[in-house]
Amino acid sequence: MNTWIKLFFSLMTVFFSTLSFAQDKAKPEMADGLKANGMIYVVVIVLLIVFAGIIIYLISIDRKLNRIEKELKK
Amino acid sequence: MKKNWWKILAVILLVYTITMGFIGEVPAMFILRETIRNLYFHVTMWFAMQTLIIISLVFGVRYLMIQGKVDRGLDADGTLKLKATKFDIISKEAVNVSLVFGAVGLLTGAVWAKSTWGTYWAVEDPKLNGAALGFLMYLIYNVLRSSIKDEDKKARIAAVFNMFAFMMFMVFVNVVPRMQDSLHPGNGGNPGFSAYDLDSNLRAVFYPAVLGWILLSIWILQIRIRLQKIIRIKEYNEYLD
Repeated sequence: MNTWIKLFFSLMTVFFSTLSFAQDKAKPEMADGLKANGMIYVVVIVLLIVFAGIIIYLISIDRKLNRIEKELKK
Repeated sequence: MKKNWWKILAVILLVYTITMGFIGEVPAMFILRETIRNLYFHVTMWFAMQTLIIISLVFGVRYLMIQGKVDRGLDADGTLKLKATKFDIISKEAVNVSLVFGAVGLLTGAVWAKSTWGTYWAVEDPKLNGAALGFLMYLIYNVLRSSIKDEDKKARIAAVFNMFAFMMFMVFVNVVPRMQDSLHPGNGGNPGFSAYDLDSNLRAVFYPAVLGWILLSIWILQIRIRLQKIIRIKEYNEYLD
């Protein structure tokens, strides 16, 4: 379980880093899409990913505890 | 799933907070500028922290009440003692989680202070020093606990010290700063949050943010309590073996 989570996040990191390289060669910078409003949306997405990571981690701990609690009840 | 609805609510509220906290409209103010958005992230840490120490106080007092009954010999089948142990665990773990939120609150406050007040630690600000003192009180709570070996004595003394620490925290953080000049809003000669509350944009994110962070902190607290219970049961089983 843990190794899968680690693998998932490392793959995501690679994916997003290649994504940002690809954008460097794009057309002149315009304030559209994620670049609108001084690119604050990029920060929002980064923070949401960080938050998602923390929540997924919390949920996995929660589930692990559920399993152990069930085993102890037996 | 039915019992965990509040965890889902916490996640929804915090996703809303993070998104709207950055792209939502905020009032234009001098000095503060965009840092007013820290209201959703720094101030809420202290709301979560204070909720946790209230929980800790309540369960500390309940521990003493139940333990008093046990002492008077009203505990025939041992259920009261079990309950008392449970309350003690909740009280202790609430302090532990509150320390995490308090530490984050102090650090984020320092960063915010650097950009608006010009220094990481405004020594003359009673709220800062009060928060540091209150934080230390709860660190001492943990030191006190770890210094007593007898479980029963540890829980009793910790519960009484908890009341003392809570009172000190409230006086230092919520009373003294209001009687002196403080840089924090709502204290000394400064306008309170009521000045910001007039702005419905801030309110629309701030209140959900407070609730979201409080729920998240309680989620972490619940995980820690369950872990402690498992540890106790395991120790008990080993003791039986």
